[in-house]
Amino acid sequence: MHPALSVIFFTTASGAGYGLLVLLGLGKAFDVVPHELSFGVATIVIALVLITTGLLSSTFHLGHPERAWRALSQWRSSWLSREGVLAIVTYIPILLFAYDWLLLESVDTAYVLAAILMSLFCLLTIYSTSMIYASLKTVHAWSNHWVPFAYVSLALMSGSILINAILLITGNYLALMSYSSLAFIVIALIIKLSYWRFIRQTQSLSTAETASGLGHLGKVSMVQSPHSQDNYLLKEMGYQIARKHADKLRRISVMCGFVIPFLLTIITLDGVNMLSLCSSVLALIFCLFGIIVERWLFFAEAKHTVMLYYGNTSA
Amino acid sequence: MTCLPKTSSGKKLGLVIDLDICVGCHACATSCKEWNTSGYSAPLTDLDPYGAEPDGVWFNLVHSFEVKNEGGDSQTVNFPRSCLHCDDAPCVTVCPTGASYKREEDGIVLVNGDTCIDCKLCSWACPYGAREYDTDTGVMKKCTLCVDKIYNQNLPEHSRVPACVAACPTGARSFGDLGDPNSGVSKLVKDREGFDLMPEQGCSPVNKYLPPRVRQTEVREDTPHLQAQVSDTANALLKWIDKALSR
Repeated sequence: MHPALSVIFFTTASGAGYGLLVLLGLGKAFDVVPHELSFGVATIVIALVLITTGLLSSTFHLGHPERAWRALSQWRSSWLSREGVLAIVTYIPILLFAYDWLLLESVDTAYVLAAILMSLFCLLTIYSTSMIYASLKTVHAWSNHWVPFAYVSLALMSGSILINAILLITGNYLALMSYSSLAFIVIALIIKLSYWRFIRQTQSLSTAETASGLGHLGKVSMVQSPHSQDNYLLKEMGYQIARKHADKLRRISVMCGFVIPFLLTIITLDGVNMLSLCSSVLALIFCLFGIIVERWLFFAEAKHTVMLYYGNTSA
Repeated sequence: MTCLPKTSSGKKLGLVIDLDICVGCHACATSCKEWNTSGYSAPLTDLDPYGAEPDGVWFNLVHSFEVKNEGGDSQTVNFPRSCLHCDDAPCVTVCPTGASYKREEDGIVLVNGDTCIDCKLCSWACPYGAREYDTDTGVMKKCTLCVDKIYNQNLPEHSRVPACVAACPTGARSFGDLGDPNSGVSKLVKDREGFDLMPEQGCSPVNKYLPPRVRQTEVREDTPHLQAQVSDTANALLKWIDKALSR
């Protein structure tokens, strides 16, 4: 599948933003994160900027952005519609939570409830994004249960690394958050490695033989394409990446997205100092870069069944 | 509404494509383009049609496959590909706006170009590559089964068939109601063991394909012998020329 940069940017940015809010809401509900105003303003503003620019970038890549509101209507059948509805509804608990914390500075039940709802809706939004891909039977690399796990775990991983950096920048230190980051990095890496193993070892039930229905006569191969130049299908679905490049990019993703942030996060266990602060920010930069490479591969390695009509033998 | 229709009239209009007869002339593809470029989804945009990188919207395409059996014998099969108007159309249910829909009355799958936002998700959801994106108008387009032709009262009755069916010079394409077990197309599917493409994708396509005949591999005894024919009919002059040239 053709890797669309706007979608890669959107899912990476909004994933980190929603992941941050899931953990912040839980941390607040159990009263383990600092109540300080500077920390509060920084987390809420950064999360809102990340999810809002992500949503806007995904809207602007549409051919008809002025009709985007229509996408909220088909939530009964479409995961894309559900994602849109959830993304908008989620603003309500986020803004209520921010209002309670930053303006009323209250710690009452309504505030705890808003925090929990915020976590829940952010989690559901990440899940619905993953289901847009996981519900497509046409792409074997997407329609499997590793995909929602990968999206959710990567969002929580990047969100926790982000909170860790904000904590240290605002002069706070929370050992629990550093340890959570380490745990999420390990969990996300295990899921991602399992995913890569899965797509290497299995393939779609669909083949050139089932696509043409000619399997009973023998092995099917293409002798002539219907057209001499690439059409929409080949440009959108025909993106192929050489296996050696995929292997290299996968190593880059593992190093930058997981291994280096893990080591840098260990340094942040040291508490509030310049080294911790720099490590936490570097961990964030490496982690986001690693996720962008991971997401690029998520598209580039995915093979669509339509390519079975254009010379692919498996999907 | 992009939920699939819960009630159906039982009518399932569609095509039956005979892979045994198709000669791969592309008449279906070009006549489709000709009719539809001024029809329901008009225009079927062409970009750089006479340049180095021609591109454009086509609802019907003819592939050519080679099928090789275990003995090493191979045959060429021409394979027209277009929308199969699936019963469980995934292109319809993924649509976030309701632009993509399946008609209750006859099962035809259509796109409403006025409400499509160009998210392209339907083209990702279709296993058969039936969706064609028009970069010029920014909406998704697809085979309409010539909905503006098959019900057109201004046309004589025999013309009320999809353009691809009318154009096929070999009669490899048939059009009818596949929901009616007694229709001509349903009988054809039954007699010739028509099949679904990629049944494992679970789309329950309405269009069916008929398989090519299994080729005979042994030479028949009554096959005329070319050399014998020549020597029988040749006269003395030809024999002399043959002899002179054979030196």
